[in-house]
Parts: sequence; C-alpha cells; structure tokens
Amino acid sequence: MNLREGQTAIIDRVTGEDATAIRLMEMGFVSGVEVRYVGCAPLGDPLEFEILGFRISLRRRELQRILFRKG
Amino acid sequence: MMNEVTVVLLGNPNTGKSALFNALSGLNQKVGHYPGVTVEKKQGRRRFRETSFTLIDLPGTYSLSPHSPDEKITVDVLLHQDTEVRPDAVLCVVDASNLARNLYVVTQVIELGLPVVMALNMTDLARKKGLTIDVSALEKQLGIPVVETQANRKVGVESLLETLCRQPAIPSPCVSLPKAFNQQTALLKAAWESETGDVPSDFLVSRVLLDTTDFLQGSSQFPSGEAFRLKLSDSREQLKSQGHPVPAVEPISRYEWIQKILPKVLTTSAKNPSQRRTRMDRFLMHRVWGSLVFLALMVLVFQAVFQFAAPAMDLIDQFFSICGDTVTAKMGEGALTSLIVDGVIAGVGSVVIFLPQILILFFFVGWLEDCGYMARAAYLMDRIMGQVGLNGKSFIPLLSSFACAIPGIMAARVIENRRDRLVTMLVAPLMSCSARLPVYVLLTAACIPNKSILWGWLNLQGVTLVAMYVVGIVVAVGVAFVLKKTVLHGETPPFVMELPSYKWPNLLLVFRGMARQGWEFVRQAGTLIFAVTILIWAAGYFPRDPELPRKIRAQYPRLSEIRQQIEKLGQNVGSTAGNGAEGLATIKDLKGEEQKLKSEMDAAISGSYLRSSVLGRMGQIIEPVVRPLGWDWKIGIAVIASFPAREVVVGTMGVIYNLSGDEDEESRTLREHLQGATWDDEPERPVFTVPVALSIMVFFALCAQCVSTLAVMKRETLTWRWPVFTFVYMTTLAYIGAWLTYRSGIWFMDG
Repeated sequence: MNLREGQTAIIDRVTGEDATAIRLMEMGFVSGVEVRYVGCAPLGDPLEFEILGFRISLRRRELQRILFRKG
Repeated sequence: MMNEVTVVLLGNPNTGKSALFNALSGLNQKVGHYPGVTVEKKQGRRRFRETSFTLIDLPGTYSLSPHSPDEKITVDVLLHQDTEVRPDAVLCVVDASNLARNLYVVTQVIELGLPVVMALNMTDLARKKGLTIDVSALEKQLGIPVVETQANRKVGVESLLETLCRQPAIPSPCVSLPKAFNQQTALLKAAWESETGDVPSDFLVSRVLLDTTDFLQGSSQFPSGEAFRLKLSDSREQLKSQGHPVPAVEPISRYEWIQKILPKVLTTSAKNPSQRRTRMDRFLMHRVWGSLVFLALMVLVFQAVFQFAAPAMDLIDQFFSICGDTVTAKMGEGALTSLIVDGVIAGVGSVVIFLPQILILFFFVGWLEDCGYMARAAYLMDRIMGQVGLNGKSFIPLLSSFACAIPGIMAARVIENRRDRLVTMLVAPLMSCSARLPVYVLLTAACIPNKSILWGWLNLQGVTLVAMYVVGIVVAVGVAFVLKKTVLHGETPPFVMELPSYKWPNLLLVFRGMARQGWEFVRQAGTLIFAVTILIWAAGYFPRDPELPRKIRAQYPRLSEIRQQIEKLGQNVGSTAGNGAEGLATIKDLKGEEQKLKSEMDAAISGSYLRSSVLGRMGQIIEPVVRPLGWDWKIGIAVIASFPAREVVVGTMGVIYNLSGDEDEESRTLREHLQGATWDDEPERPVFTVPVALSIMVFFALCAQCVSTLAVMKRETLTWRWPVFTFVYMTTLAYIGAWLTYRSGIWFMDG
C-alpha cells in the first residue's frame, strides 16, 4: 500500500494466527481503529505509525499483514 | 500482629513501573531467579501501618498471552503455579498518557480472580499532552480502585499503600467476550477436567483456547491427550464458523470495550502538545539527521566505555599491583606467596578490572533506554541488522562488545526473541574487544613496517589494526548468517516495537540498575574466572626444580665477583679519605652493573621455570600443531596461557623471552626481543615475520580467549552448551583463519 506521511487509514483486520498477528492485535491493530503513517527509517524500513495515541515501529513485512478499509 | 501481603506489580513496558517499585520498596530489594528462565525475580519489602508488604516486580508486558518461557513466568506467578509466589493482590501500573493500550492488559488482569489496584502513573506527562483523566469514572468502569501517582517524584505512593492496605475486593470482569466464546471455554474446561482430574481456572482454559501458536500446549500443566487436542481444534473451528475466530476475538472484544468507555474517562484538550514530540522525533529519526545523531551517540558510548574506563582500570591495576607487592614483601618468595600474588590477587584483579567498563556501559544503556532513545536506535539499525538475520536491538550489545564482550552479552537481554538474543550473544565475542588491542599493538609495532601508502593517506600499521577489526566483523556477519540458517533456524520474529515518549531519564533508577548489574557480574562470572586463573597459575608454576636457581646463578659468576668488589671498595672508602670520591663513583658503576645482571639472571630464572612447568611442556608438545600456522612453541605457550584472559599474553611472552614479566605492549625491549627471536632448530631464521605476526593477530581476533565471557554467556543462557559451542567454533575459526593468513602471507611474500 502507498501511504504518504501524515495520512491515516482505518484497519479492517490482521491476517494470520501466528505470534506476529497476535502481537499486532494486542497492540491495537483491530478492526475500526485508526492508524496514522508517520515516516520510515533511513533505508526505507522499518516504518513508524501512530495508533491509539502512541508510536510504533513496524517492518514492511508486518505491515503486509494488516488489511485496511477502503476509502 | 502484622499483616503479610504479597503484591505483584504488572504493566506495559515504559510505564515507570520500576520507578514505582523502587519508590515503594526503597533499598529493601533483592534479585533472585525463576528456575529455567532468564527473567529476574525482583523482590522488595515495605512496611506500612499494620502491614508488611512483599512486592514482586514482573517484567513489562503488553498482554497476558504468553508465547515464550519468559512470558509464561508472569502468568505462572499470577496463577501461583510453581513459583513460590502467592500473590494476594495485583498492582497494575498504567501510563496515563497512553491509556487505551495500557488498559488492555488491565482488563485481562481483572479476570484473574485476584484483588486489583491501578496506579495511574506519569500523570504529569499526560497533563502536558493535554489529557485529563476522570479518575472516579475510570474506577467505576473498571471496578477497581485507581490511584494517581508520579513514581519519579514519589507522589501518590502513600495513597497507593493505603489503598492496598484496605484490601480491595476481587473485581468482576469488565469485558465480556462473545457468548459463543464462553460456551466453548466451558466445554473445554469440562474436557480438561475429565482428562486430568484437575480443575483449571477459567482464565487458563481461555488462554489455551486463544493460543494459536500452541505454545501453551507444550507445557506440562496442560492436558496432553489426543482427546483434548481434538476438542480444542473443534472448539476453534466452531468459533470461526460462528464469526468469532481465535485469536482475534480477544483483542477485538477488549479494544471495543476500551474505545467505548474511553470518552467517558478521558478528555483531550484542544491544543496539540504532541507537536514538540513529533518535531523531536522527526529530527531524531530522520534519514540524515537522525543517522548523524545516532552515529555521534554511538561514538560517545564507545569512547566512554573504551577511554573513560581507562583511568579507573589503571587505578584498579595499580591497587592490585600494590597488594601483590606488599604480600610479596611481607611473605617472601615461595609457592604460597606466588599462589596468593599471581593466583588469587591476579585472579580477583582480572575480574574487578572489568567493572569500570561494565558500569559505564550499563549507565549509558540504562540512560538511553530510560529517556526513550534506545527504541529509536533499534529502529534506525533494524534494516542493516536484518540483513544478517538479526534485529535492530542487537546493535548496542554488539557495539559495546568492541570495548568488552561481557557487558555486551549482558546487554543482549533487551532482545526479547530468544533466538535473536542467542545469535547476538554468540557473535559478540568476535567484535575485537579492548583486550585484544595490546596484542595487535605489540605485533604491529614489532613486525609491520611503519610505511605510508596511498600517498601518505594511510599508514600500513594503522591499516593492519583496522583490518583486524574488520576481520572480526566480517566473520561475525558470516557466523550470524549461518547460525540463523541452520542451528538457530526459525521464523524472524515480529519487529513490533513501541516508540515510547521521550522523558528526562530518572538518574537514580539508572544508577541503581547499573550497580545491580555490575554486582551480578562480579558474583557470577567472578567465581569462575577466579578458579580458572588459579588453574593456569598452577600450570605455569609447577613443577619447580629447586636446584634451578642455583644452576642459573652458576652461569653468572660475574655477579658474585661484582658483589665482592663492592664490599672491598666499601671498606676502602671508609678507611682512606683520599680515594673517597673515585671509590664512590666506581661503587656506583658497579652497583649499576650488578642491578643489570641481577635482573637478567632473575628473568632467566623465571623463564626457565616457565619452560619446565606443565604449561611450558604443553607448549612444546603442541608445537607440531601450531607449526602450520608459522608459530613456534613459545608462541604456543603464550596463546595457551592467555586462554582464560587475553591480556595475559603480553606478560607471558615477556616471561618466556626472559624478561621480568612486567613488560607491556609499549615496551621497546619486548618488541626488540620479538624481532630478534629465532627458531630453536634454525638459529638463523626469525620467528616473527609478517605472515607470522598476521596469523597470530588473526588468531586472537577470532579466538574465544576469555573465560569471563564464556562465564557470562553461561549465566545469560542458563546452560554450558552455548559457551562450549562458542569456544569450539571460535577456536576452530581462529585456527583456520590463522592458517589461511599464514599460508597466503607466505605465498604473497614469495610471489
């Protein structure tokens, strides 16, 4: 997905049932929650997001697990 | 009659939980061990009114769903299973500026069936962010008492203790998961009971149902029969078909509830004070500026550990030398003296000398962690570390290993993932530590020509030094890569990391952490290092031929001649006034010569002792093994003797080459001796040629010659398996590396 800095999106769900998925969901990545893309690290990975009032760092690979709502 | 109450502290990371723990227990703390995990058992005590509190600080966690043995300990403690801890109440520490996510684990804790109190910490930070929390509304929603605190300023501590004294009631769950889920839990519970006869808590059963990584399955507490397993997967299928799949059903339900009640308890003011923080973060995590700041900080930390520790280390060195000299003076020569001075004092000294570096490193690490920068550093380094299969958090431990692998390995604790932590620890010793530097310097100065290349931009000696560091790094990358692909193969763990708010570090907390870790090191690794040093001392001391000094003295007849002359002249000077000045001058010259000869003779004696000792014999025996590397048996002894601690090698070489043993790497005499050293069987051929020097340096670069490091590794991994593995793999690599270096060196020089 292509997000610009400062853009927000709403989460639809997280795919998978492994530790990554569980950890993401526990941190707030559940359906209906709004997420804001803040920026990325010097080499393009990992990425920084703002969710539920705090900042979190995710790798692109983890980001791919997160499905966002359209629109 | 005192009330005895055990309170367990729980909460997200970065909530100031440790500060609160310290505020509650003061200096009344001790650190212990839970069996089988690396998690520390932090316990404290506090008396308040009629109650004696035992406080247990659990590691910070975002949720009570365990996926590793370390995480499981928290659950075990809370459910009073196998850990000797009987919690009477749980104190949830919550970051007021981060309420939503923090409440997740609180809602889980409420379902444990224990009394719960919440400490709403960091309220000052929340206020700065423009957040106002209605405490009584929060209490009502959660059904537990909530006390506002600012742990770093010790605000609210009394109030908290009072609340705990009043023994709050057990709360009822505030989040209700879907009925379907509760139904399946009940069914599973029945199946569990029928299989094992135990009655598990609802909490535990629901955790098993939710744990799709099946980590809990492996635990002995859980039913292992086929029937239960089938029931479990059946339940999960049912839930999925009903639209409530695990594991998603739990976070969805909980966050739904949290978002529903949040507006009732939290108000955000209009102004957006997160602007300042955003700006700081944009700077510190910026591609260019962020990287520069990061580099500068890393250089600072590195310099600090390398250089700031030096004066302290020198002082310690001197202190132990003085001790040794005093003992020698008081007790005279002999085996017992040597045991005490060269064995015990040297042994203890070799442990204590690491303390300044360890303390400094842990100070910096603690400081960076506490102010929130550490997470940013990991974030910046993650991509690079990821290329070799590590993660960003490995960077600081590996960087510090350039100064000393011991604090580096201990610093690897911040890496949550077990495999990554292990790989980091296993390659840390390859980062050329400061103890290797004396060897590099000595050999480079002795054997590498002091020439400039590239039109004066580089110096061959400097290049060689840097090359040795590079060798370590390159090999480390290779080893990490191989390890991740083979022995420690596993899924790359998620790099989901919170970037905490910046705050002024709590220096008291940092210092206490530093002191604690330093003490742990001394206690744990110290005993082992000590034991091995004594062993090596014994091997280098025994057997002693008592006739040896006499035999050597016989080779120095001149010495007794001189002594006689001095005596005679002394008598003459006393009697005749005329010969006075001349006589004194001659005496002075003679005394000078006497000193010189005596040192030579003493050195010959020590050298001879060493050569005839167990160690010396071993050196001669292994000579055929080291010959292919271009070494002779003397180098062999020096290398063996330095296995417990690399620093020993320079002193040992001094002794072997018949010096007093007080030589250091700067010493010209040792250098000259090395340059002049020749093979025993070919007196024309010099030992220390460029290829030989390089092969020795490469050996040292790659070899695990540090018992202290291996001891710390054992402590951090709880088994001898990994230190032994490290020793074997590094020594093998060192041997191959030295051989390759020597061979290619020879080939290069001849070709």
